[in-house]
Amino acid sequence: MNRFLSSPWTKAVLFLLALVPLGVLVWLVWEAYRTGNPTDYVSANPIEYITHYTGDWTIRFICFTLCITPLRMLLNRPQITRFRRMLGLFAFFYGCLHFTVWVVLDPRQNTIPAIWDDIVNRRYITVGMLAFLAMLPLAITSTAGWVRRLTFKRWKKLHRLVYLTAIAGVIHYWWLVKSDIRLPLMYAAIVTVLLGYRIISWMRKRKPVVDRTPQPTVSTS
Amino acid sequence: MRYSQVTPKEIYLNRRRFLAAALALPIPAAAATLTAVKTAFNAGNEKITPQKIVTTYNNYYEFGTGKDEPAKNAPKWKPNSPWTVRIEGEVAQPKTLDVDQILKLAPLEERIYRHRCVEAWSIVVPWIGFPLSALLKQVQPTGKAKFVAFESFYDPQQMLSSRKAGIQFPYVEGLRLDEAMHPLTLLTVGMYGETLLNQNGAPLRLVVPWKYGFKSIKSIVRIRFLAQQPPTTWNLSWPEAYGFFSNVNPNREHPRFSQAEEERLGEGTVFSPKVIKTQMFNGYGDQVSKLYASIDLKRFY
Repeated sequence: MNRFLSSPWTKAVLFLLALVPLGVLVWLVWEAYRTGNPTDYVSANPIEYITHYTGDWTIRFICFTLCITPLRMLLNRPQITRFRRMLGLFAFFYGCLHFTVWVVLDPRQNTIPAIWDDIVNRRYITVGMLAFLAMLPLAITSTAGWVRRLTFKRWKKLHRLVYLTAIAGVIHYWWLVKSDIRLPLMYAAIVTVLLGYRIISWMRKRKPVVDRTPQPTVSTS
Repeated sequence: MRYSQVTPKEIYLNRRRFLAAALALPIPAAAATLTAVKTAFNAGNEKITPQKIVTTYNNYYEFGTGKDEPAKNAPKWKPNSPWTVRIEGEVAQPKTLDVDQILKLAPLEERIYRHRCVEAWSIVVPWIGFPLSALLKQVQPTGKAKFVAFESFYDPQQMLSSRKAGIQFPYVEGLRLDEAMHPLTLLTVGMYGETLLNQNGAPLRLVVPWKYGFKSIKSIVRIRFLAQQPPTTWNLSWPEAYGFFSNVNPNREHPRFSQAEEERLGEGTVFSPKVIKTQMFNGYGDQVSKLYASIDLKRFY
C-alpha cells in the first residue's frame, strides 16, 4: 500500500485520469463541430451543456481535494497528501474552464458591463464568482517556493480558503437550480461531512480527552 | 411463405424496443400523421426548429427535471384511453369530453409560433390545433367567469414525486378569460404534421405564444372557469420569478435568467450559438398588447 501510494506512477495515472473529463468534453465539442449537429453530442443547448459539464467537474474536484486530509488521517497514510495539490489545481483548472465558457461561449456575456451586471444582480453568479476568486490565491501559492515564502503556518492558514470555495460552490449550485435540489443537496451533504470531520478532529485536538477515571470522593460528613 | 412464419408484429416491435433500450435511445412513441390546414401564422418566416430538438429537449418535470429525461421516460407512459377533459366551474353546461369529440369541434390548423422559455432559449414550432375558444364556448361560461384554470394529468406511480421535482403536482396553470379566448391561444394536439409525443404534452396541450413556455400547460385533464385568479405551479414555487401573467417581457428583469436575449436552439454552431434579442410579447404585441392596455406590466409580470 505504501509503495503504491509513494510510486511516481500512481501520481501520473491520477493526473491522466483527472484529464479524462476534459478529453471527453473536447471530443464531444469536436464531434458537434465536425458533424454540424450539436444535438447528439452537447444537447440542443450547447452553452448550457458545456457550462454545466465544466461546473459539475469543478465541484467534484473540490470534493476530491477535500477528501485528502480525512483520508490521510483515517488511513494513517501521510503519503496521500502528495495528491492534494494536483487535485486542487485540477479543481481550479475546471473552474477556469467553467468561467471561460460562461464569458466566451455565451454571447450574452460578451461585454464587461454585461458580466459585471450579472455578477452584481444574480446572487447565484455572485456566490459562484466568490467561490472562483477564493481559488485564485490558492492556485498562485500552490508552489513549494510560496510555501517557503509564506512560512508553512501562514500558507496553511491561507489555504483554508478552500472551505469558503466549497461552501460557496454548493450555494452557487443550490441557487442555480430551479426547483429540483437533489444534486446540490448531495454536494451539500458531502461538503458537510468533509468539513465536519475537520471540525470534530480540530476540537478533539484542542481539548485533550477528559480523564474519566472515577476520583476518590472526599466525605465531608 | 405462410403467414405464420412471418415474425408477429408485437415481437419485432419488442425487438425494436429492446434495441432502442440497449442503445439508450428514446423509443419513438407512436406519432400518427395529422392533416391540418396551413395558415398565415408563420412566425415571420423564421426558420422552423428541427423536430428532433423539440422532441428531445423538454421541460416536463413530471417525467424528470433534466432536459433529456422526458424524452427517455415519457414514451413508457400510456395516456388514458379515451382521454377525457372535464370542463366545469362558472359555466351553464359542465361537460366531460374525450379527445375524439374535441377534435371534431373545429378544423385543425397548422400554426408556426415562436416558443420562448423563461430559461432564455427559444424554438419555432409548427403546432397543430385550433383556438381554445372553440372548446371553451361549448360549456357557456357564466357572467361570473373571469379566469380559466387548467390542470395536467398526474399519476405519482408513473411520474416523479412533487418532492423530488421541487414543484407542486398536479401541474396547474391559468389564464385570464380574455387571454384564454384570444384567437392566438391554441388548443394543441400535434406538431410537425403528427400527433404530439408524450414528452411534448400528448394528447392535448395549450400553446400561448406570447407567454413564457411554462404557461403552455401539457396533458390537460381539467379546465375550470373561476371568478378568482387561480394558483399556478411556478408562481407558487417562486412568486418573484414567475408571475401569473408571465408575458414575454425583455424589460422585466428576472432574478435568475436574463430576459433581454434568447438562445435560438438548433441554429448557429457549437462555438457561436445563435443569440437574438427577445421581443416584447415574443413578437405578438400587435395582437395582444391591447389585452394589457390598462395594467402596469412591471407590476403584473
